[in-house]
Amino acid sequence: MADFMQQVVAGLASGSIYASLALALVLIHRATGVINFAQGEMATLSTYIAWTLTTNHGWAYWPAFAFTLGASFVGGAAIHQGIIRPNEKGSVLRVVIVTIGLLLAINGLVILIWSGEVRAVQSPFPSGTIELGGVVVSLQDIGTIAVVLGTVVVLWLMFQYTKIGLAMRAAAVNPAEARLVGVRVTWMLSLGWGLAAVLGAVAGMLAAPSIFLDPNLMAALLIYAFAAAVLGGIDSPVGAIVGGLILGVGLNLIGTYVDFVGADLRLPVALLVILVVLLVKPSGIFGRSEVKRV
Amino acid sequence: MTAFLELEGVEARYGPVQALHGISLQVPEGEIVAVLGANGAGKTTTLRAVSGTVRHSGRITFAGKPLRGGPEAVARAGIAHVPEGRGTFTELTVTENLRLGAYVRRERNLGPDIERVSQWFPWIPDRADQAAGTLSGGEQQMLAVARALMARPRLLMLDEPSLGLAPMVVREIFRIVRELNQQEGLTVLVVEQDARIALQSASSAYVLEVGRVAVSGPSLELTENESVRRSYLGY
Repeated sequence: MADFMQQVVAGLASGSIYASLALALVLIHRATGVINFAQGEMATLSTYIAWTLTTNHGWAYWPAFAFTLGASFVGGAAIHQGIIRPNEKGSVLRVVIVTIGLLLAINGLVILIWSGEVRAVQSPFPSGTIELGGVVVSLQDIGTIAVVLGTVVVLWLMFQYTKIGLAMRAAAVNPAEARLVGVRVTWMLSLGWGLAAVLGAVAGMLAAPSIFLDPNLMAALLIYAFAAAVLGGIDSPVGAIVGGLILGVGLNLIGTYVDFVGADLRLPVALLVILVVLLVKPSGIFGRSEVKRV
Repeated sequence: MTAFLELEGVEARYGPVQALHGISLQVPEGEIVAVLGANGAGKTTTLRAVSGTVRHSGRITFAGKPLRGGPEAVARAGIAHVPEGRGTFTELTVTENLRLGAYVRRERNLGPDIERVSQWFPWIPDRADQAAGTLSGGEQQMLAVARALMARPRLLMLDEPSLGLAPMVVREIFRIVRELNQQEGLTVLVVEQDARIALQSASSAYVLEVGRVAVSGPSLELTENESVRRSYLGY
C-alpha cells in the first residue's frame, strides 16, 4: 500500500507538469480557437534561458526562474502580436499551420544557439525524501506539485477577481461584445498568450531536472499535455488540471503495475487516451455544459 | 440647436452590398429618437456605423467632436451600444456582466452603481451569481440595458429591444427607457421594427428604406399622417 501511494504522489508530480502545459493549451484554445502546436517548443526555449542564466551567468535558481517567467510572458505576448495576430483574419487552419511553423522555427533556433547536446539541469529542490503518514515522498515531487499549484492559484485569482482578468475572459468568450463595452480584445488575447507561455515555462523548468534538457525536451510532454487537455475538455481550465493529474497518476500506476507497458509504452497509452476520449466523449470530463437558452 | 449625435451622408457596405446610401440624422441631447423600417432597411447598420463595428464613410459627430476609431474608442467616448439579440456574456454571471459594463470607467467601487441599476431592474440582486445564459430572454435583454447603464453613458443605443420578446416584456423595457430619459435625461437612439411602441416613446423618428431616410419628423406628425403610417409604419 505504501508503495502504491508513493507511485500516486510521483504521478501527481508528473501530472502537475502535464496540467501546467495543458492549461497553457486550453488558455490559447479558449482565446484564439486553435491548438498552439508551438507551446512545447516555446517552453523549451524558456527552459534554455533559465539554464543559461544559472549555468553560464551564475544566477541563483529562483531569480533565474522569475526572470524566465517574465521573459516568457513578454515573448508569448510578442508572438501573438507579431506572428499570430496578422494571420487571425484567415482560417483556423492558417493559424494552426503558423503555429506548426513556429514549432519548427523555435526548435531550429534552440539548436542553433545551444546545439543539440543533452544538458543536466540542477533541481531547485533538495534531493531528499520525507515520510508523510508512512508514505515516503521525494522533496522534488512535493516541490513540483507546490509550484504548479501556486501558479494555478495565482492565475485563478487573477481571472476571477481582477478587472483585467474579467476582461480577458470576456474577450475569450465573446470578442465582439467585449469590444462594445470597451475591452481592447487583441491586447487581452496577447496577455493570454503571455500567460500561456508562463505556464509552459513553469512546466519546462520543472520537468528538465528529471528528464535532462535537450532541444526536444517538450516533445513527449506536449503529447501528454494534449491528452490531459482532451481528457479534461479542451475548453475547460479546471479540466486541464484534473485531466493532467489523472493522466499523471494513471500513467505512473500503469507503468509500474502493468508489466508490458513499463516506462517505454507510456506515450502510446497517452495517445490511446486522446483517441478514446475523442471517440467516446469528445467534450471531455468537464466539457462545456451548455447553459445557453435559445 | 446643434444635435448631440449627428450623422451626415453616412454610407456603409458589407463586401459588394451597399447597406447605407447616405444616411443623415440628428439626435438632440436628452431626447429619444427612433430609427424605424423593415428588415434590411439599414437600421442595424446605422447603429453599427456609429459604434464603429462597420466601416463607413461620411461624417459622424458626437458632442461636437468627430467620432473616430473602433468600438473600443466609441465606448470610451460615452456611447453604450446594446446590440441586436441580447448583448450579454452568457457564460459570465450577472454581476460580471455588470462589472464589464463599467469597464471603461476608472471607478473601482461599483457597488453603488449596481444598486442604482437594480432600482430599475429589481430582480438583479437575486440573480447576481447566476450565469447570464440561464436568464429568460426578457431578463437577458434587461441585463443588456442594465450593463449599458453601468457605463454611465451619455448616449444609449438600443438595437431592436423587442426582438423575440413577449409584448408585456417589451412594454416594460420601453417604460424603463422612457423613465430613464425623463428622470435622468438619458439620450437614447433606438432601432425598432415595432413602429407603434417605438413612436410612443420617441420624440422624433426616422424611417429607413433600403439604406436611405424615406421620411422623418416628430413622432406625433408621423403617426397622424395616414399615408406615412400605411406605407412605412405598417399599421
